[in-house]
Amino acid sequence: MATAVIETGERETYLNREYGIKSWLLTVDHKRIALLYLIGVTFFFFVGGFFALLVRLELLTPAGDLVQADTYNKLFTMHGQVMVFFFLIPVIPAVLGNFLIPIMIGAKDLAFPRINLLSWYLYVIGGCLMAYTILAGGVDTGWTFYTPLSTEFLKTNVITAALAVFVSGFSSIFTGLNFIVTIHRMRAPGMTWNRLPLFVWAHYATSIIQVLGTPVVAIAIVLVALERLFHLGIFNPALGGDPLLFQHLFWFYSHPAVYIMILPGMGIVSEIVCCFSRKRVFGYQAMAMAVLGIAVVGFLVWAHHMFVAGISLYAALIFSLLSYFVAVPSAIKVFNWTATMYKGSITYQTPMIYAFGFIGLFTIGGLTGLFLACLGVDVHVTDTYFVVAHFHYIMVGGTIMAYMGGMHFWWPKISGKLYPEFWGKLSAMIVFIGFNLTFFPQFILGYMGMPRRYWDYSKAPEYQILNVLSTAGASVLAVGYLMPMIYFLWSMRYGKPAPDNPWNAAGLEWMIPSPPSTFNFDEQPVVTWEAYNYDEIKGEVPVAQ
Amino acid sequence: MSDHNSSSEHISSIGSSVAIWLALLVGTALTVGAAYVDLGPFNVVVALAIASIKATLVVLFFMHVKYTHEKLTKMVIATAIFFFLILLVLSMADYGTRLWT
Amino acid sequence: MHNSSVATANIEAHDNPALLHHFATAEQQKDAANLGMWLFLVTEVMFFGGMFCAYLVYRYKYFGDFGSASQQLSIKLGAINTGVLICSSLTVVLAVRAAQLGKRTVLVFWLLATIVLGLVFLGIKADEYAEKFEKHHVPGPSFHYHELLPGQAGLPSTDRRYANPSHAEMYFSLYFAMTGMHALHMIIGVGLFSFLTYFAWRGKYSPDYYTPIENAGLYWHFVDIVWIYLFPLLYLIDRHR
Repeated sequence: MATAVIETGERETYLNREYGIKSWLLTVDHKRIALLYLIGVTFFFFVGGFFALLVRLELLTPAGDLVQADTYNKLFTMHGQVMVFFFLIPVIPAVLGNFLIPIMIGAKDLAFPRINLLSWYLYVIGGCLMAYTILAGGVDTGWTFYTPLSTEFLKTNVITAALAVFVSGFSSIFTGLNFIVTIHRMRAPGMTWNRLPLFVWAHYATSIIQVLGTPVVAIAIVLVALERLFHLGIFNPALGGDPLLFQHLFWFYSHPAVYIMILPGMGIVSEIVCCFSRKRVFGYQAMAMAVLGIAVVGFLVWAHHMFVAGISLYAALIFSLLSYFVAVPSAIKVFNWTATMYKGSITYQTPMIYAFGFIGLFTIGGLTGLFLACLGVDVHVTDTYFVVAHFHYIMVGGTIMAYMGGMHFWWPKISGKLYPEFWGKLSAMIVFIGFNLTFFPQFILGYMGMPRRYWDYSKAPEYQILNVLSTAGASVLAVGYLMPMIYFLWSMRYGKPAPDNPWNAAGLEWMIPSPPSTFNFDEQPVVTWEAYNYDEIKGEVPVAQ
Repeated sequence: MSDHNSSSEHISSIGSSVAIWLALLVGTALTVGAAYVDLGPFNVVVALAIASIKATLVVLFFMHVKYTHEKLTKMVIATAIFFFLILLVLSMADYGTRLWT
Repeated sequence: MHNSSVATANIEAHDNPALLHHFATAEQQKDAANLGMWLFLVTEVMFFGGMFCAYLVYRYKYFGDFGSASQQLSIKLGAINTGVLICSSLTVVLAVRAAQLGKRTVLVFWLLATIVLGLVFLGIKADEYAEKFEKHHVPGPSFHYHELLPGQAGLPSTDRRYANPSHAEMYFSLYFAMTGMHALHMIIGVGLFSFLTYFAWRGKYSPDYYTPIENAGLYWHFVDIVWIYLFPLLYLIDRHR
C-alpha cells in the first residue's frame, strides 16, 4: 500500500506528521484528539481513585476516625462527580470512539473536526473548574446535588462544581452530535448500516442519549445555581417548591447517563468476542436493535432512583414496570455474545479475558438492578451498600473492564507497538480478583443494612470484617490498574512494532497501518463485505507476542 | 452532480412566505382573543393548540422541512418532540397522582 | 482482503474553496452541517424542555396563584413582542432566499432587518423587566406581592382572597428563568447574525455556499418557536376573569 513518507524516510503517521505542543493543542485530527482525551481521563481516574482510597481507608474501622464527617461527605461526593463526569462518561467515546469511528466507517475524520477539538477544550475547562472546586475545599452534596441541601444549607463550592459539570456536559453533547452526523453522512461507499461494526452502532445509540439527555441535567444544574444565588425557591419547600422536581430533572439525564457509560463498553465487547471466537456475531440485527432499544427505553425509567423519595405510589409502579423492560435488550446482548462464542474457536488473549470479565460482571450488576427495580426489595436496600455494589459492578466490572479490553485490543493500532501479553493477562486476572473482592462484600453489607454515605458505623461493628475485605480488594484492584499504565508506557519505547493486523481481526481499522497515517486511508475504501467476515479471513489469532 | 448551485434546495417564494407570516400574526391575534373567552379548562388547550399550529407552520415552511428530501430531518424533529413529551408526561404521572389514595 | 479502491477525484475542491478536506463533495458538507444544526436544536428543545416541565408542574399545583401573577404582565407588550419575532422570522426567510439567489445587498438588508427586530424585542423585554423590578416582583429578598386571585375583584372586600405570595414568587422565578434564558438565546442570535451580516457584506456567501445563513436561520426560527409557546403560557392564564 503506497504511503506518504516524511523527510527522515519513515512512513508518515498521525504521530510523526508534526511535532511540538502547538501541533497537539491545535490539532483537528480525531486520533490526536483521542490521545489528548486519554491524558485527561487518565488524570481524572487517578483523582477519583484517590478519593475512593480515602473513603475505603476510613471504612476500615467502624469509628469515624480518619476524617471528620463533613470531610467524608466531600470525599464520596468528589469521588462520584469526578469519576462519573470526568472519567466514565467521556472515557470510551472520547478516547476509543474518537480514534476509531472515522476509520471504522472509512472516513478521513469526523464530520466536525473543529467541534471535536472544542469538545476537548470544554472538557479541560470543566476539569479545571472541578480541580478548582477540589482545591477550594470540595463539595459535599453527594454527586447527585440533591436540593434543598445543595441550594439552601451548604456553604461549600456548589456553584463551581455545578459549573464544572455544566461545561463538561457540553463537551459530551458536542461529541454525541459529531458522532451522529459522522455516522449518518460520512460512511464510505458500500458501508451500509447493516455492515457497520457493532462498536459504531453502540456509539450511535450512546450519542443519541448524550444529545437528548444532557441538556436536561444542564438546566437542572442552572436552576440550582440560580436558586443558590437568588433564593428563587423553585426547589425549596418553604417557598412552595418541590425538591423532587430537581430529582426528576436530574435523573431524567442521569439514568440514561448510565447507559452512556455502558453502551460503548458493549460495543467493544462485541468486537473482541467476535475476533477471539473467530466468528461472526450471533444475531447482528438483534444486537444493533438492542443498543437502540436500551437507549430509548433507558429514558423511560428514571424515577426508579426516587422510589422512596416521595413520589406517588402509582408513579412508582409505572417506573418499576418500565425498569424491568429495559433489562430485555441488555439480556439479549448477553445471550448473543454467548451464542457467538458457542462453537467458536476461542483463544484467551488479554482483551478476551476482559471481555469475559465484562460479560459475567455486567450480568451480575444488571440482575441486581432488577432486584432494585422491585419496589419491595428497593425499600429495604435503597441507600445501602447494595446499591453501591450494583452500580460499581456495572460501571467498574462493566465499563472499566470493557475499556481495558478495548485499550489492549486497539493499543497496537493506536501506538504501533505491542504490549507484553504476559503482563496483560496477569493484570486482567488481578483486576478481576481485586474487583470482586472489593465489591461483592458490599452486596452483603447492603443487604445486612449498612447505609451508604455514612462515615461511622460504630453502632454496627459487625460490618467491619466485610469492609476490611472490601478495602483489601480495592488495593488489589489499584495494582491491577497501575500495571497496564506502566507497561503501555513501556511499550511505547520498548515494545515490538505492531503489524497492521496483529489479531487477524475483521474491520477497516485493521486494513491500514499501525499507527495510521493522518488521513487514515490513502484512497477511499469501497466496502463489499459484511461485518465480522471471519469466515473469509484466513488464519487464527496470533499466539501471545 | 453539477458544480453550480448543486443543491436541489427549494427556494421560498415571497408570496408563500408572506402568507405564512400573515397566518402567524392571525394566530397570535386569535390566541389573545381566545384568552378573554371563558372556556374553563379548555383555555389552555386552545392556547397550546394554536401555538402548536403556529410552530408547525414555522417548522414546515420557514425551516423548509416540508420541502426537504431528507427523511432524517423529520425523524430528528419527531424524536425531540417525543422525548420532550416523555419528560412532561412521566413527571406528571408522579405529580398528577400524588393526591390519589 | 485488499479492497478495490476508488480514487476520489475531488474536482469540487478546486472549484469550491469552502469545501473542507475531509468531505468528498460540497453537498455532503452541506448535509452534514444541516444535520448538525438540527441536532443542536434538539438539545435546545430538551434544555428549554426542562424549564417547561418545571413550569407545568407548578402551574398544575398553584393554578390560581399563577393566574394572579400572570395578570401582572402586559398582554399588549407580550403580543407586540410576539409580532416582532414573527416578523423577524419572515426577514430571516427572505435573507435565506436572497442568499440562494445570490443577491448580496438584499441579503445584507434582510440580515440587518432581522437584527433590528431582535433588538426591538430585547428592548421591549428590558422595559418589561424594569417594570417588574419597580413593582417588587423580582424574586429574592425584595420580593413583595399582594394581589387578588383572578375573579375576586367583583366580590365584597371581606370575601376577597389574595394570591399566596410564595406561589406568585414561584411564577416570577420561572418567568425570569424562562424569558431570561430565551433573551440570552436572542442575544446570541443577534451576535451570530451580526457576524453573518459582516461576512455577507464581504461577499462570502453565494448560491453555492450559504450554509451558515441557512443554519443560523434555523436557530433563529427555533428561538421564535420557544417564544410562540412562552407567550400564551406565561401571559394568558385565566385572562377572562
